[in-house]
Amino acid sequence: MIRSFGVSEALAILSGIQSTVVLSLIAFIGGGLVGLAVALMRTSDLAPLRRAAGLYIDFFQGTPLLMQLFLVFYGLPVFGLRVNAWVAVTIGLTLHASAFLGEIWRGGIQAVPKGQTEAAIALGLGYTHRMIHVVVPQGARLCMAPTVGFLVQLIKGTSLAAIIGFVELSRSAQIIASTTYKPLLAYGLAAIIYFILCFPLSRLSASFERRFAVKT
Amino acid sequence: MTYQFDFAVLAPYWLQFLRGCGLTILLASCAIAIGLVIGILTALAKKSSSRPLRLAAEAYIELIRNTPFLVQAFFIFFGLPTLGLSLQPWSAAIVALSLNCGAFAAEVIRGGIDAIPRGQFEAGTALGLARMQIFRYVVLKPALRIIYPALSGQFILALLTTSIVSSISAEELTAIAQSIDTVTFRSFEIYIIATALYLAMSIAFAFLFKAIDRTYFSYPVK
Repeated sequence: MIRSFGVSEALAILSGIQSTVVLSLIAFIGGGLVGLAVALMRTSDLAPLRRAAGLYIDFFQGTPLLMQLFLVFYGLPVFGLRVNAWVAVTIGLTLHASAFLGEIWRGGIQAVPKGQTEAAIALGLGYTHRMIHVVVPQGARLCMAPTVGFLVQLIKGTSLAAIIGFVELSRSAQIIASTTYKPLLAYGLAAIIYFILCFPLSRLSASFERRFAVKT
Repeated sequence: MTYQFDFAVLAPYWLQFLRGCGLTILLASCAIAIGLVIGILTALAKKSSSRPLRLAAEAYIELIRNTPFLVQAFFIFFGLPTLGLSLQPWSAAIVALSLNCGAFAAEVIRGGIDAIPRGQFEAGTALGLARMQIFRYVVLKPALRIIYPALSGQFILALLTTSIVSSISAEELTAIAQSIDTVTFRSFEIYIIATALYLAMSIAFAFLFKAIDRTYFSYPVK
């Protein structure tokens, strides 16, 4: 039976926001933690660590997110891990985010003038203190804009979870579109919600870019 | 681990995988070419003196950049027919990909135009060049040089984005991988192969863009 597009249909799409936001946040936090490790490896003094992190980043930046999600989704059961779509999607997005955040933060760490590191070494600071007190606080400012910008990419990326059957904003719009035969309305509404989620972050990123821009 | 990898089952499908790569490259090339044209026009509209034109360009860029490609593709493929505008999957895919690529390219190109010092425009005007000539010779070429790395990054992203059009039943590598999956059920092996092929294609594209960079944009600037 064809349902008409009413308030309850609109609410059904809106309910997808929750999964989209939760998924984005988990992936952002998880990706941030792993990404920090990736960034530190990428800027480490040990060549094998640098190379491993480089390959990791190249892999995630050189393949479609959809393939990464498929690999995790079909790969985890192969390794004997029976997991539901939630876990698979979360792991996939976390790995994806870690590579991109790792690369963004590497840029920030390397943008801190070499003299700062040398001064810290001269003061007798070890690697940990050098990073925590000298390099990261300075590099972090430069990374604010691209980091927030990537959060927009990540929110949009969660839509791909719909393709492996995970119900979030896009999937709920898809379900409503096919039961009401009002695709224009359903996808239009979903697009508006994504826009409301992403646009303020885009603006924030742009304002960070102006505020923290390297003065030349 | 009890899982037995079986790539041999997939050997008979090598030609299909290859066809998928060809279709993906064709899709990406169309999207990049049309997207570049849309991007240049939109960037010009955003810099124009006409307010409605500026607002339209701004709205288009922000709308595309702040919504997922999947929803854009669904909107175009499933939504537009209700307005009487039906597109075949491949046409819909090219329209969606070009519009998406165009918005991202527009922002990059606008950034490049902004980076050209005002004095350059004034010098062009002082030399008696027409507006179009100023744009072509004084703004576009140096701007392209500045934005080339960012632009080629966007183009590689366009290549990766093509994988999503499989969900509006447009045939390319992902769609072909999915159809092989329904026959062989070797999902993990199939997506390992598909991922490797995407990686190979993006590396090839990166090489190509690098070669173009060396040929056209590596003249010295004083």
